[in-house]
Amino acid sequence: MIPWPFEYHAPKNIAEAINLLGQYGGEAKILAGGHSLLPMMKLRFAQPEHLIDLNRIPELRGIKDTGNMIVIGAMTVENDLIRSPIIQSKLPLLAEAAKLIADPQVRNRGTIGGDLAHGDPANDHPALALALQAQFVLTGPKGKRTVAAADFFQGLYLTALAENEVLTEIHVPVMEKGTGYAYEKLKRKTGDWATAGAAVVMQVKGNVISKISIALTNLAPTAMRAEAAESALLGKELTPATLDAAAKAVMAAVDPAEDLRGDVEYKTAMAGQMVKRALGKARMRCA
Amino acid sequence: MAKKLIHVTVNGQSHEVAVEPRLLLIHFLREQLNLTGAHIGCETSHCGACTVDLDGQSVKSCTHLAVQCDGSSITTVEGLAQNGVLHAVQEGFYQEHGLQCGFCTPGMLVRAQRLLQENPNPTEDEIRQGMSGNLCRCTGYQNIVKAVQYAAKKLSQAAAAAA
Ligand SMILES: Cc1cc2nc3c(=O)[nH]c(=O)nc-3n(C[C@H](O)[C@H](O)[C@H](O)COP(=O)(O)OP(=O)(O)OC[C@H]3O[C@@H](n4cnc5c(N)ncnc54)[C@H](O)[C@@H]3O)c2cc1C
Ligand code: FES
Ligand code: FES
Repeated sequence: MIPWPFEYHAPKNIAEAINLLGQYGGEAKILAGGHSLLPMMKLRFAQPEHLIDLNRIPELRGIKDTGNMIVIGAMTVENDLIRSPIIQSKLPLLAEAAKLIADPQVRNRGTIGGDLAHGDPANDHPALALALQAQFVLTGPKGKRTVAAADFFQGLYLTALAENEVLTEIHVPVMEKGTGYAYEKLKRKTGDWATAGAAVVMQVKGNVISKISIALTNLAPTAMRAEAAESALLGKELTPATLDAAAKAVMAAVDPAEDLRGDVEYKTAMAGQMVKRALGKARMRCA
Repeated sequence: MAKKLIHVTVNGQSHEVAVEPRLLLIHFLREQLNLTGAHIGCETSHCGACTVDLDGQSVKSCTHLAVQCDGSSITTVEGLAQNGVLHAVQEGFYQEHGLQCGFCTPGMLVRAQRLLQENPNPTEDEIRQGMSGNLCRCTGYQNIVKAVQYAAKKLSQAAAAAA
C-alpha cells in the first residue's frame, strides 16, 4: 500500500506552516504523528497534493505548568504525556488514559493534537478533553483564537478547525487536589480503539457530589458530554440507586454505530457499564 | 513529484539518497538499502513486524515516510549483532525458543532491545505491555517473554561486571 504522490514540506516554525496552508488550501494536509493520516493515505481515502509536516517545529512540543493551567503543545506525543511529571501530578487522568491509547510504538509518534484534530469519535483524547474542560488554541493567518473542547467536535471527522488553521496548544485546567477521576475503556485487545469508553472527573463535599463531568468515547458521531447523567448525580451521594440512574441516563443519550466491535444494543449496554465503573473508581479516589 | 535528498545513518553506515516523498521507510530500507530484516506484515500499523529503532525510539516503519528521516539514525535487526556476536536479545530468543516461523522476530528483537534500554529490569507485566505493539501468530508469547527475561538478566550481569 503506497500513498498517492504528494509534495512534502517541512516548515521550521508555525508561521511558515500557516503560510504553506494558506498557499495550498484544500490541497494540503497537515502531518503530525501520521498514525491516522498515513494509513488513510495508504488506503487512498486521503490523497493530499501537499503534506505539511509539523515534526520540525520545536515550539509545538512540550508541557508547561502555568499555575492554574497546563499548556500542552499540539505535537506532544502520548509517551511524553505518560512520562511527564507535570501531567502525572496535575492531570493524572491524562497520564493514566494515554497508556490505554494504541501501543508503545504508536505512542512514540501519535500526538495529542493529531488525536483531537482528526475528529474521530473512536479516539480517546476528545472525551478526555471534554471531561477536563480543555480549551484549544487554533492559529491561523489572522492570529490565534481559543475554542472550548465543547465547541470543537462538530461531527464525524468534522471539527472547528478552518482549512488554514493549525491546532497549536491544548490548555487544560489543573485537576484540584482531592479530585476523583477515571477513564474506563472497553477494548477487544491491547492497542484497539474503544468499544465504549467513559471519562469521569468529580469532586465531593462531605459525601455529596459537588462537581462532576462525564464524557464518552465512540458512542456517538463525536465524543460527547453526558449532561443528563451529570445532572442525575450533582448534589447527591453516589449510591446504587444514583449510579443506576446515571447509567440509564447515559444509555438513553448515546447513539453508537454498529461495527465489528458490536451492535447498537451491546454498545449501549457497555456504555452503561463503563460509566458505572468509572464513577465507582472516581468516587473512591475523591478526597 | 520532485525527489528530496535525505541523509540518514542506518546501522552505523551513512547514506545520502534522493527519495520520492511518498516512499515509506519500510520500502526504503527493504528495497533501496536491501535491508530485508524488517518485515511487512499488516501494512496497517498494527502488527509491529516492521519495527525499527529511529533516533532511539521504536517506530513502525510502515507508518513513517523516508523523507521524514533526514538527519536521523536508524537501527534495524541487521544492526543488532556486533562483530559477529549476537545481541543479548537475539541470544535470548535462540535459547528460549522465542520464535517458530520467525516472521515477527525482527520486529520483536528490535523492540525488545529498546524496551530493555527504557526499562532494564522489567516485570513480566511490563514486558507484556512493552511488547504489546508486536503481534506473533505462532508462539503464544510465553517464550517471547522468557526470551526478553533472559536478555534482561544477561544485560544486567554484563553491566554489573563492567561496573
Ligand atoms: C494500531 C493503532 C491503534 C490506535 N489506537 C488508538 C486508540 O486506542 N485511541 C486513540 O485515541 N487513537 C488510537 N490510534 C490513533 C493514533 O492515536 C493517532 O496517532 C491519532 O489519532 C492521530 O494523531 P497523529 O499525531 O498521528 O496525527 P496524524 O495522523 O498526523 O493526523 C491526523 C489528522 O489530524 C490533522 N492534524 C494533525 N495535527 C494537527 C494540528 N496540530 N493542527 C491541525 N490539524 C492537525 C491531520 O491533518 C490529519 O487530518 C491508533 C492508531 C493505530 C495505528
Ligand atoms: S507492517 Fe507495519 S505494523 Fe504491520
Ligand atoms: S514466530 Fe511466527 S509470527 Fe511470531
